[in-house]
Amino acid sequence: MDNVLSIVTFLPALAALMLALFLRGEDAVAQKNAKVVALFATVITFVISLFILFGFDPEDTGFQMVEEADWIMGLKYKMGVDGISVLFVMLTTALMPLAIWSAWDVKVRVKEYMIAFLLLETLMLGVFTALDLVLFYLFFEAGLIPMFLIIGIWGGPNRIYAAFKFFLYTFLGSVLMLIAMIAMYVDAGTTDIVTLLGHEFSHDTITVLGFHIVGGFQTLAFLAFFASFAVKMPMWPVHTWLPDAHVQAPTAGSVILAAILLKMGGYGFLRFSLPMFPYASELLSNFVLWLSVIAIVYASLVALVQEDMKKLIAYSSVAHMGYVTAGIFSFNQQGLDGAIFQMISHGFVSGALFLCVGVIYDRMHTRQIDAFGGLVKNMPAYALVFMFFTMANVGLPGTSGFVGEFLTIIGMFQANTWVALVAATGVIFSASYALWLYRRVVLGDLIKESLKTIKDMNAREKWIFAPLVAMTLVLGVYPSLVTDLIGPSVTALLDNYHAALPMIADAATH
Amino acid sequence: MTSTDFSIVLPEVLLAIYGMAALVFAVYTGKDKLSGLVTWLTAAVFVIVALWIGLGGQGSRAAFGGLFIDDAFSRFGKVGVLLAGAAVLVMSHDFLEKRGFAKFEYPILVLFSTIGMMVMVSAGDLMSLYLGLELMSLSLYVIASFRRDSVKSTEAGLKYFVLGSLSSGLLLYGSSLIYGFSGTTSFAGIVTVVQGNVPLGVLFGLIFVMTGLAFKVSAVPFHMWTPDVYEGAPTPTTAFFATAPKLAAMGLFARVLFDAFGGVPGDWQQVLAVIAVASMFWGAFAGIGQTNIKRLMAYSSITHMGFALMGLAAANAEGVQSAMVYMAIYVAMNIGAFAFIMTMERDGKPVTDLSALNLYWRVSPTKALAVLVLFFSLAGVPPMLGFFAKFSVLMAAWNAGLTWLAIFGVIASVIAAFYYLRVVYYIYFGSEVEPLDNTKSPVAFALLAVSALIMLVGIVNMFGVDGMAAIAADALVK
Repeated sequence: MDNVLSIVTFLPALAALMLALFLRGEDAVAQKNAKVVALFATVITFVISLFILFGFDPEDTGFQMVEEADWIMGLKYKMGVDGISVLFVMLTTALMPLAIWSAWDVKVRVKEYMIAFLLLETLMLGVFTALDLVLFYLFFEAGLIPMFLIIGIWGGPNRIYAAFKFFLYTFLGSVLMLIAMIAMYVDAGTTDIVTLLGHEFSHDTITVLGFHIVGGFQTLAFLAFFASFAVKMPMWPVHTWLPDAHVQAPTAGSVILAAILLKMGGYGFLRFSLPMFPYASELLSNFVLWLSVIAIVYASLVALVQEDMKKLIAYSSVAHMGYVTAGIFSFNQQGLDGAIFQMISHGFVSGALFLCVGVIYDRMHTRQIDAFGGLVKNMPAYALVFMFFTMANVGLPGTSGFVGEFLTIIGMFQANTWVALVAATGVIFSASYALWLYRRVVLGDLIKESLKTIKDMNAREKWIFAPLVAMTLVLGVYPSLVTDLIGPSVTALLDNYHAALPMIADAATH
Repeated sequence: MTSTDFSIVLPEVLLAIYGMAALVFAVYTGKDKLSGLVTWLTAAVFVIVALWIGLGGQGSRAAFGGLFIDDAFSRFGKVGVLLAGAAVLVMSHDFLEKRGFAKFEYPILVLFSTIGMMVMVSAGDLMSLYLGLELMSLSLYVIASFRRDSVKSTEAGLKYFVLGSLSSGLLLYGSSLIYGFSGTTSFAGIVTVVQGNVPLGVLFGLIFVMTGLAFKVSAVPFHMWTPDVYEGAPTPTTAFFATAPKLAAMGLFARVLFDAFGGVPGDWQQVLAVIAVASMFWGAFAGIGQTNIKRLMAYSSITHMGFALMGLAAANAEGVQSAMVYMAIYVAMNIGAFAFIMTMERDGKPVTDLSALNLYWRVSPTKALAVLVLFFSLAGVPPMLGFFAKFSVLMAAWNAGLTWLAIFGVIASVIAAFYYLRVVYYIYFGSEVEPLDNTKSPVAFALLAVSALIMLVGIVNMFGVDGMAAIAADALVK
């Protein structure tokens, strides 16, 4: 299988095309068929993607399974994975079947819903496998279209505002990145990411409109990429689209948004910002670190006062992404390992939390925290699962959440002790909002009349949670599964990064 | 000598003869009953001539002492204009027939205006430039007011005529200044006179000529007629306005700037850049408040012209190539979009309100999907071809050192994305209103589907258009 990456990437799109062309009607049979086809396609994609995982050689720090072909306007169709991207590919293929399965009760426009998700999977996989700047941009941006439709068509009451905000916010961030990509293309003469990783972009001070810009080209390009990735991440203060989008999106949409789409920002930092603009990264590292810890503390405090469960989890996502950016911009092995680990772990945990909200939303059609209380009485299994993921969200040792937070804080501590100190308070805040949420929703007496007849999770829901619980536990007690895979690539990235810096420092003193 | 000259302009001559023959034939026989026949015949002739020019032509030749130039650039423009004209003709027939004004003069007027456009992209002299431009414009004035019994349509025609005459006057004044100061009207002559040091009079003339041309491509600040004429004219006419004449005028713009003033790019580059920025932003902002889809498309085309002018402002072969690629993609998108707009009707009556689109996808999911693809493509969102159009002009502008222009361009594209999204919003998640009819119009839907498919499939290799545009640009920029 020479082109396994292309197969995995485009298989869901193929299934979407088949659904669009051959499935007719809106009756129960057609709906059932649409769901089965989508589930089948995502499962097959996952199975094939296992070939990527098992065929991957962690010791090789270069790109593997590379495919290359000429494309229009001097661009290339090039795909490949390295230790950093392979896990995101796996995360995507693993979570998609669960998201599709969780949407089993959708009744409106099922076929189109499934098509949107399948296309979204193709585009997300493309982001993580593309090795050409413009190809990457293509996938990165195109993902907005299905997500826009998912929020807009199947979302909550205020979905239109949320859909527009989501689209325009991320679009504005991305077009600045496009400009930087054009500048890089002109500078290096290629859009091949592998070549660009070896290209040294100028960091001589330049003057724009009378402003001296230290780091010159690197700084400007870094900021342009930053505009895009920071919005996608999302980092404080450009995070405001996320709570709106999450609250309005349907459950499966929230799961994919939190678990995978947010990771594109972190992936972008690791793939582009750090290795391509090391000087600018170093220059702006404190700026990014402080933004990250502001995000951690601020988002945690905001999460405390939320009355909508999804909004609370959305803010907690912002806080957790703060650990990721802080870990990345610590520039050491622990920080980077921790950041990637945190992203993978957050993929499972936040995805599961949104599913937990989905379970009770499907029953009561509200997400208001004060509409619930005492669910443990009628829903013991649900209470257990929710408890588990609340703890994982808090970062209880033994769950994957702990490893990510711990490693990133170690990383931060080495880079900037004050930042680590402030970030550590976030751990306490996260315990308070998560546990308080749990207490208000699940514990206490079951006094609300409407809740008296609520039923516990059915078999389908339990089976959706099973793999998530397993992954969270396994990664929590045996994190080497991830770190062994990413370790060599991260080390190589850091070696290149630190190798680039002294030369720059020398150049600056002369 | 003369026979060689005529062999070079043979396509135009034959088209003109066909047009007059068809006119006489239809007048003396079935008149309007023949409108269907004449429409399809004219479209077929367009396609045949396009194939003839596209496949047969080679090299660079000049006729009538440089009045008329046949080179790769003019062939690119002509093929585009002819194909766009053919597509618009066949898709408008249903619409015209349903409204009871399917007259046989319509296709013939389109034909004459197309001949004008072919002369425009081949112009090698200020005289032939003006001839082509007026032949095109006069026909366009008539078809803008083609619906004689409609106040809006006649108003649109009159507005277009008055403002068009004004711009022609400016252009003529500019031409006379250029002639007066350089002593020649031929582009080849002008370019030898204005090397390095441009006489002030020529510079004045250049500005006036550019004004006249900017009016034709509806670039800000000479765009005022566009929304009114687009809205008032019958939809098939609007579709024609938005496609072929824009391509031809952009081609003529490039021709004048590079053939006559290629030696002094510094004197027009800044002007173009400013016009481009103004068009992109004004089109993007003013489109936000529109409630009529035809007006929306007018502002959309203003924005798009800004982007194409950004390519020309790069003032090199890459820039011309990108502008031509942009125009080709723009025309392909607009044909699809107007094919759809033409079929928007409720109880058999045409509607152009944006809000009429509410939840259109329940009426016809397939058509809604095609429109979705087209509007995302118009907005320049990847993976649609519209993105590559923007990408190529941005590349060209950046390469030419117009960094600020490229940055303004992407910001304008985000603002404009808002109103394209609004169309998608109405179609997919609007509110309940009385739905549109599920109109049966096979030709229009075929074109809509083809246009949407081009936007998706085109990203594989662009159907080679970028290569052809590169050859065309090299022929123009020496």
